[in-house]
Amino acid sequence: MTVGTPKHRELGLTDSEFELIVEQLGREPNDVELAMFSLLWSEHCAYKHSRKLLRRLPTEGERVLMGPGENAGAVDVGNGYAVAFKVESHNHPSAVEPFQGAATGVGGILRDVFAIGARPIAILDSLRFGELDSVRSRHLLDGAVRGIGHYGNSIGVATVGGEIYFEEPYEHNCLVNAMCLGLAKTSEMVRAAAAGVGNAVVLMGAATGRDGIGGASVLASAELGEGDEAKRPTVQIGDPFEESKLLECCLELLEKGLLVSLQDLGAAGLTSSAGEMASAGGVGIDLDVAKVPLREADMEPFEIMVSESQERMLAVVEPARVAAVLAVCEKWQTGAAEIGAVTDGGQIRILRGTDVVGEMPVAALVDGCPLYDLEPAEPEGWIYGNRTTLASGIAAEDELLALLAAPSIASKRWAFEQYDSVVGSRTVRRPEAADAAVLRLPEAGNAIAVSIDGNGRRVACDPYAGTVEAVLECAQNLACVGAEPLGLTNCLNFGNPEKPAPAWQLDRAVSGLADACTALGVPVVGGNVSLYNEGPEGPIYPTPVVAMVGELPDPARVAGSAFATAGDAIALFGPFSPTLAGSELAKQRGELGAGLPAPEVEQVAAACAALRDAVRAGALASAHDVSDGGLACALAESAIGGGLGARVDLAPLRERGCSPAEALFGEGAGGFLLSGDRAGLERLGAVVIGEVGGTTIEIAAGDRSLTVGLASAASAWRSLGSRLA
Amino acid sequence: MIWGVLQFPGSCDERDALHACSLLGEARLVWHEDRDLGGAEAIVVPGGFSYGDYLRAGAIARFSPAMEAVAELAAAGGPVLGICNGFQVLCEAGLLPGALLLNESLRFVCRQLELIGDDERLSIPVKHGEGRYWAPEEVLDELEARGQVVYRYAPGQNPNGSARDIAGVRNEAGNVVGLMPHPEHAVDPLTGSTDGLKVFEALAGARA
Repeated sequence: MTVGTPKHRELGLTDSEFELIVEQLGREPNDVELAMFSLLWSEHCAYKHSRKLLRRLPTEGERVLMGPGENAGAVDVGNGYAVAFKVESHNHPSAVEPFQGAATGVGGILRDVFAIGARPIAILDSLRFGELDSVRSRHLLDGAVRGIGHYGNSIGVATVGGEIYFEEPYEHNCLVNAMCLGLAKTSEMVRAAAAGVGNAVVLMGAATGRDGIGGASVLASAELGEGDEAKRPTVQIGDPFEESKLLECCLELLEKGLLVSLQDLGAAGLTSSAGEMASAGGVGIDLDVAKVPLREADMEPFEIMVSESQERMLAVVEPARVAAVLAVCEKWQTGAAEIGAVTDGGQIRILRGTDVVGEMPVAALVDGCPLYDLEPAEPEGWIYGNRTTLASGIAAEDELLALLAAPSIASKRWAFEQYDSVVGSRTVRRPEAADAAVLRLPEAGNAIAVSIDGNGRRVACDPYAGTVEAVLECAQNLACVGAEPLGLTNCLNFGNPEKPAPAWQLDRAVSGLADACTALGVPVVGGNVSLYNEGPEGPIYPTPVVAMVGELPDPARVAGSAFATAGDAIALFGPFSPTLAGSELAKQRGELGAGLPAPEVEQVAAACAALRDAVRAGALASAHDVSDGGLACALAESAIGGGLGARVDLAPLRERGCSPAEALFGEGAGGFLLSGDRAGLERLGAVVIGEVGGTTIEIAAGDRSLTVGLASAASAWRSLGSRLA
Repeated sequence: MIWGVLQFPGSCDERDALHACSLLGEARLVWHEDRDLGGAEAIVVPGGFSYGDYLRAGAIARFSPAMEAVAELAAAGGPVLGICNGFQVLCEAGLLPGALLLNESLRFVCRQLELIGDDERLSIPVKHGEGRYWAPEEVLDELEARGQVVYRYAPGQNPNGSARDIAGVRNEAGNVVGLMPHPEHAVDPLTGSTDGLKVFEALAGARA
């Protein structure tokens, strides 16, 4: 029997992990148990290389209602309402099959949110692909965008924002991170802990099939490489209609108070949802696989336990209420079956009829996986490539047009027009209208803003500073719409943590995340970790995607990012001292290298607070943060958005020591480009640099001064769609 | 007027339509299995993906018990408004002429655009993947001759390749109207525009 690789290694367990399982069981696991252990002890489920690092993150805050460990984090938005949110990766499935990978990424994150009793109200996406000139990248982009639209549009949840970057290191291993926000009455939120010995365990939603078997271990917890085609059966297939019914059904069940607890089935299917519910409640669970509705009658118990068939939820129900639960499921035409019971004794038992086919302590299965320390080592210098696509020494006008047309900077209208951004009647600022999406909450009498960011290239240059910048950029985006941060969630997309360089990147990034959140006073309410993102060429850019949710009292006072009126003054605000390090211009010139200046976190936080107050007072006509492509690109974006030209002089940046190129195209945290009444801007302490109007963008910047027609700037910035057609 | 908004499994915009109707009168949801419209005097068939729309859009919803009642209401001259998926359902049910095909781009499109109604321009969003209005040429000629084309996309703004820029049509009697754009998402200046209310108001006055 022992010819070839031992089975536990095929399933991704190390020899020592296998020995630990034998020790905890007091015997060798059978096939069912081994399959279950291999999934729950995978990186994807156990966070075994990241859990220790994540303890650095600040998670406490007076508005936090649910923190890490729940299906989603939740913050208090007032008037008895809570906003729940979470971001999760679906990188490897999307790299293998982008349409279904991205679609089920959206489906999965929606379930996480309605599992706590919140109605999903918005989706955002953070996507990374290789360069646009790669056929593979265009294929992955097209499939992922279609997949996100397919699921989100069909289920009727607005996709209100997101970001897309194109960088060579994502060529093989694209990133698809999906975020969902939901709204709940605080009193009706539900936790995922099983409780009440003797209570019934009810499986709701789709029938269980052979799709997605081993997704968490085979696909999500190992590097991509040769033979990925053979992994297609590990990708799940999404059915948004099934989920739409399941969503309405679950919300009705919770509203009627019929459930004790609720949990979605995601990675590792029944194994993880049952195991985690039992662990959280300190109880045991019996599950009878013979009672699980199947798509194929001949499925083995281990297949049923690890299937990642989509659109399923697990509920704990008091016996007297099972009939009422089944009736609501019947109304919504969603499947439901009582498949087990809550037990005492802390064992999870898998039965087939009366036969026990697996039995293990919940503590060993869910919490017994060893946690590993990383062995980080800082690599020497720049470990990624450089490709020159823009000669240095060309005219500043041509540099601006090249940057505006850069796929990572250019308008993403091609993508977001494929998403329903208005369903739900909450979207006050649609994609590209402002720096953050703004959703009104008539129930709570206010509005929320949300932004998702993470520039992997800058994190690659300096994992600590780059991650701090990502948090600051979120905070800056929220400040632009007058929102005060309530909480942050994140998805840490990194390479193989068992290798020293990615381990070092991860270690430094988590420290940056922790320090920035602490300095801003923004608690981390949840997160997700996606490791082993590597291709044959090596690791991806380290990519912490951070998403921040904030609150604003009056959505009618939100500033847009576009210039509004000719004659308005244009001003620069914030502690902004840009450099070319890690910038889009440095990338195009093939001059990337290690190192970024340290962000001035305290000063940026103070600027955000001051700007927030000014926006709330209605003192500004527009507010836009300066990010990719520097001040010149920010200026062009505000001008194009408003259909108005602009004339500015960057002398104030020159006085801060910036070269003309740095003043135009340098990047770094802390910069805002504002417009409005001159006196109001000066009261804020912003430095007036010019005026809105005309049909050209004129920037005085010493020997790099430039004048570009608004029409040619717009045509460069809007060129993405034509390059994808 | 009492408005009823149908709710199918897979409907997406029914709550938004309900809110829009509530700005004009009393409004309630009508469950797809209900043969009784619960006293509703006007019906909105809302947007979404009824029954998943995995078959042709609207092809299953037309057989629902609630749609039988809607057909009776329409025959009796009661106002019926089909929005997006609702327009598709009404065409499938034979209450409106023509059909909605896949967008020319073969992609879903969500965009604020301008419609031309009775001598007025309305700013209203579209969001659909199957919104290309199609009918045989002679039917299109008849529709135009009888004034049954009630909404067109403004010149240059046709988002889906619809024949003759048609965004919405009505039946001969004038009490059944269908359109692809979403007036229920244009009832508040905060979320874009209030022009959508004019679509509801026009229908409310259109009792045949």
